[in-house]
Amino acid sequence: MSNPSLSEIKGAVHKDLRHDSAHKHVAGTAVYIDDVAEPKNMLHMYVAMSEKAHAEITEMDLSAVRAAQGVAVVLTADDIPGHNDVSPFAGDDPLFSTGLVEYIGQPIFAVAANSLEEAIAAAKLAKVSYDEKPHYLNIDEAEAVDLKIEDSQLMAQGEAEKALSASKNRLQGSFYIGGQDHFYLEGQIALATPQEDGDVHVLSSTQHPSEVQHLVAHVLGRPTNAVTIEVRRMGGGFGGKETHPAMFAAMSSLAAVKTQRPVKLRLDRDDDMVMTGKRHDFKYSYDVGYDDDGQITGIEIEMASRCGRSTDLSPAINDRAMFHADNCYFLSDVAIKSHRYKTHTVSNTAFRGFGGPQGMIGIERVIEDVAREIGKDPLDVRMLNLYGEGERDTTPYGMKVEDNVAAEIMETLAETSEYRKRRDEIRAFNANSKYLKKGISITPVKFGISFTTTHLNQAGALVHIYADGSVHLNHGGTEMGQGLFTKVAQVVAEEFQIDVTRVKITATTTAKVPNTSATAASSGSDLNGMAALDAARKIKARLIDFAAEKYSCPKDRITFRNNKVYIENKEMAFNELTQEAYLGRVSMSSTGFYKTPKIKYDRASHKGRPFYYFCYGAAVSEVMIDTLTGENKVLRTDILHEAGRSLNPVIDIGQIEGGFIQGMGWLTTEELVFDDAGRLRTHAPSTYKVPACSDRPDELNIELWNKGRNVEATIHRSKAVGEPPFMLANAVFMALVDAVASVGDYKVPVKMDAPATPEEVLMAVADVKKRA
Amino acid sequence: MSGTVRFLLDGRVHEIHSPDPTATLLNYLRYDIARTGTKEGCAEGDCGACTVVVGELKGDRVEYKAVNACIIFLPTLDGKELLTVESLKSKSGGLHPVQEALVETHGSQCGFCTPGFVMSLYALYLEGPNPTKDRIEDALAGNLCRCTGYGPIIDAAHRMFELGADELPDMREQVAALEGIKRDDTLYISATSKLTGNEKRYFAPVNVDTLAAVAEQNPDATFLAGGTDVGLWVTKMHKELATVIYLGDVAELKEITETADSVEIGAGVTYTDAMELLAGLYPDFGELIRRIGSTQIRNSGTIGGNIANGSPIGDTPPALIALGAKLVLRKGHEERTIDLEDFFIDYGKQDRAAGEFVAKVIVPKPAADTAFRSYKLSKRFDQDISAVCAAFSIALEGETVKEARFAYGGMAATPKRAANAESALVGKAFTEENVEAAMEAMANDFSPLTDMRASKDYRMLSAQNLLMKAFVELTSDADTRLALRQEMANV
Repeated sequence: MSNPSLSEIKGAVHKDLRHDSAHKHVAGTAVYIDDVAEPKNMLHMYVAMSEKAHAEITEMDLSAVRAAQGVAVVLTADDIPGHNDVSPFAGDDPLFSTGLVEYIGQPIFAVAANSLEEAIAAAKLAKVSYDEKPHYLNIDEAEAVDLKIEDSQLMAQGEAEKALSASKNRLQGSFYIGGQDHFYLEGQIALATPQEDGDVHVLSSTQHPSEVQHLVAHVLGRPTNAVTIEVRRMGGGFGGKETHPAMFAAMSSLAAVKTQRPVKLRLDRDDDMVMTGKRHDFKYSYDVGYDDDGQITGIEIEMASRCGRSTDLSPAINDRAMFHADNCYFLSDVAIKSHRYKTHTVSNTAFRGFGGPQGMIGIERVIEDVAREIGKDPLDVRMLNLYGEGERDTTPYGMKVEDNVAAEIMETLAETSEYRKRRDEIRAFNANSKYLKKGISITPVKFGISFTTTHLNQAGALVHIYADGSVHLNHGGTEMGQGLFTKVAQVVAEEFQIDVTRVKITATTTAKVPNTSATAASSGSDLNGMAALDAARKIKARLIDFAAEKYSCPKDRITFRNNKVYIENKEMAFNELTQEAYLGRVSMSSTGFYKTPKIKYDRASHKGRPFYYFCYGAAVSEVMIDTLTGENKVLRTDILHEAGRSLNPVIDIGQIEGGFIQGMGWLTTEELVFDDAGRLRTHAPSTYKVPACSDRPDELNIELWNKGRNVEATIHRSKAVGEPPFMLANAVFMALVDAVASVGDYKVPVKMDAPATPEEVLMAVADVKKRA
Repeated sequence: MSGTVRFLLDGRVHEIHSPDPTATLLNYLRYDIARTGTKEGCAEGDCGACTVVVGELKGDRVEYKAVNACIIFLPTLDGKELLTVESLKSKSGGLHPVQEALVETHGSQCGFCTPGFVMSLYALYLEGPNPTKDRIEDALAGNLCRCTGYGPIIDAAHRMFELGADELPDMREQVAALEGIKRDDTLYISATSKLTGNEKRYFAPVNVDTLAAVAEQNPDATFLAGGTDVGLWVTKMHKELATVIYLGDVAELKEITETADSVEIGAGVTYTDAMELLAGLYPDFGELIRRIGSTQIRNSGTIGGNIANGSPIGDTPPALIALGAKLVLRKGHEERTIDLEDFFIDYGKQDRAAGEFVAKVIVPKPAADTAFRSYKLSKRFDQDISAVCAAFSIALEGETVKEARFAYGGMAATPKRAANAESALVGKAFTEENVEAAMEAMANDFSPLTDMRASKDYRMLSAQNLLMKAFVELTSDADTRLALRQEMANV
């Protein structure tokens, strides 16, 4: 009997495999919701928005809207049979305003008409009067009147205050970190089709079908089983399609049920950017004590964020900012205070990193500042403060860091990127260059994996094998480009030892797998991979039982290898066995389920083990600035990142590169500007600048950490990869700080906020010059 | 006259009878003929998800260019060839080398921007192998991808040539087919607005005399050239345009004429078509044009339009004003020539009468004693709108500044010269000290505004510093540019 190796199937785990839809993406045949053939009689919906940041609507006369040409239905809060709320848990996100409006862009009514043009024209006929109230738009304004979405939180270990007083040296600083729009290329969209009995089927571009299902049912006043949500793929999500899609699915569903016609609601880019939440902007300040070597001996950190008008996911997002306020550094005596301000702007929401980036960049800035004060290379200060192994290993939330590879990654990267040599060369360059200055920085990332809300760490899957041996795979995860469907298909193919081409990847639908969590928190393949593995193993066990009985063979003598099944001395094709199993009346369908072990967290005390494990990585960036204009450019970046034993290295590298560039955009070109009235002025790509092709560093070297292996029993010992690489871009910002510092011969503290636009850099340069 | 729009699509003549004159090509593709491969990402020509390739007959060949379908009005396709992502499929149903390359290099993640990248890469592919890094970045500057970080797409731009260098289309058939639908008289469309029931009219004259007549008869008409601005009036402001006069088919407006001491650029000449010539005369001006919008925008937009729309943040007016360009306007049979700087009267107000149109701009050739520099400051290097745009023309006599023309965009309600700064320097030695004095004097030239692109303080400080930058560049060999491109884009 031949004994082929396990890796002979196409699409085995740990092997490069292209995205399952790549050939459809390039041909234009991958179907997004707006590409679905429009059903006969379909209505188009347009959402009318509040024009005031904070006001009571005193009159809303919609008679002309209702009478306008082509209009089928006009919806307001009064038309909601169930609950007027689409919030994830807090109950404070009305679908339509009931009179109070709290941001410019808040939906006040919606029109469904025969054409989108008619719906837009009709909406303009509304007569709306407002009684304006005082508005508080940003962190400072909300802080002044103490307007919050929840109580401030404290996470602490040791005795920060005492340690600070006892510290040899002490330094204070603060800076502001701007928000970020998701700018998924496919905007928010829902297509609702009425079904029998007042039920509704919705195609929704969402990362969280179960929540959309739940909220649509909630709005319709129907049980959850009356609503089906389906999504094959999104044109990007990044967190922006976690809570917000419910709003658009609910509006279109309500109109569909009322008119008994299909209804499409697709937001124009500008409306999307005005109406939907973004990454929280933060104000970060610190008071740090340190010894002469730069070891941190005590620190107080204060973070304040702009949450927008409602709670949304802000508590968990701000919690995660606290969880990552340590990054890779041991803080023996630390107090982290976090204030969550309510403002009269759009409700901020999940975005890749989920608060982690804002917390993490703060401590990196602290290290840069301390290093400059004592005249040391920041790399040395970083190394000195890293978590230890077996000692100095407790996080501010009481979790032990047991999988720490930060030091090894940093050392390796510093070596391969020739960091120290280049740092010297840069200093020499700067001494001889009057107008152009360079900077360099190396920063690490440690990112905790698991939803910090423990119950969300569960997933389900559904696997069928048809008699002909073809496999149907479904799970609760959603595909937004990250390659989740490809990875989970690899897991199933590996388990059955069949080519991945025999595994049909199918659209996520609430009708197949219920009660799922959002595809978020980088957890997609960890959770859904395990759930699909569970389902596959159950079916495989039944096939083995069947074969053992039929061929009177011990179960442990039956193996699946390379599209074949070996039953002692007998060899048969996989599909022969499935055909026989069908005739033998064996169930070849199974659900699968997974819940993450070991995690436990007490939010009241902010202590516990919120994370199953940590991901690590590091980046070195070299930048150049123009001190006459503030223009800046990333010249080179080297990245070393670990993805455990990667399920699919090429897809993981794609996540790392894309995450890094997105993080770079957050910290450089992407600036959200609200005017004094609360109107977002950067609401389209003409004014909001995500990185373009030429912004990519001239040289970008990315390596996966080849020793990576998850110490925890995750799916094939891989690690999550969606969010952690985003924070590799911290190196870019720190390198820009370094370049600006050169103007003052590295002696003057740099006052520079993020994003480091040309304006921000030029003003920081001017400030350093003034104080030098 | 005829109300039928005809263009080539997949080798066949595609006819549309009396379409809505301001229907966008993108909506037509997606919702009327179910070619949904082409996507909408922004509907304002800034993301590239809607990129298609349009072929135009140029003598005995067809010139193919990437454009944004989202802001192109359908009737402007008349007489052209259209290629969408669906057009690239080979007869056997296989992927084109451009598409195959993107699959191989893992150039798609969510895939939504991908068809647009495919078409931008396809236009690059038609230019032939071995594109430079600058050329690739320029070809892709108008396509935003939020997933990949661009690296794999850049790899595909190389790989596609390895996969099939012999896949260039045979143009003979296309030339013959385009000859067959070439129009020698005005395309006139009259349609009824589905929304208001009002009449919507469209004129596309093919010669300048007819244009002059049509413009005089329809003084309230909207002139449409590349549509990179007017397109947004429809897609974003939802304006209904009653009468549109399309300038893109007027032969004379597309002419570039070179004389001994100047070049005359017809108002219908696209940025792309003017770039090479102007870059040859003034390398900085060439780079400034290269940084206007994206390849797609420059393939549609015109220098005439950049002037005529009167925007205070258009990028060509500062350079043209600094160079002392003149503008030729025509109304009926009358032509008049003015200094370009006099065209801009105030915000939204230009020296142009109803029924009058911009015919051409006359750009002087470089004088031996005169140096020219121009700069653009924006949040993003490529495909952004200027916070500040500056152009300096400085004539020296020995060490002394004989003449100085400093023109700025983004600093006032119109493109405007820095008169105080200029006079502070004229007649003085060209020294750092005197330049600093001119920078100080500039504070009296402008009171810039704060908006989403920049604060008034940044605008003033950087505007002053740009004069220093020009000085440093003209008097020393110090490096002052971050992204000094190795070459001008080879158009």
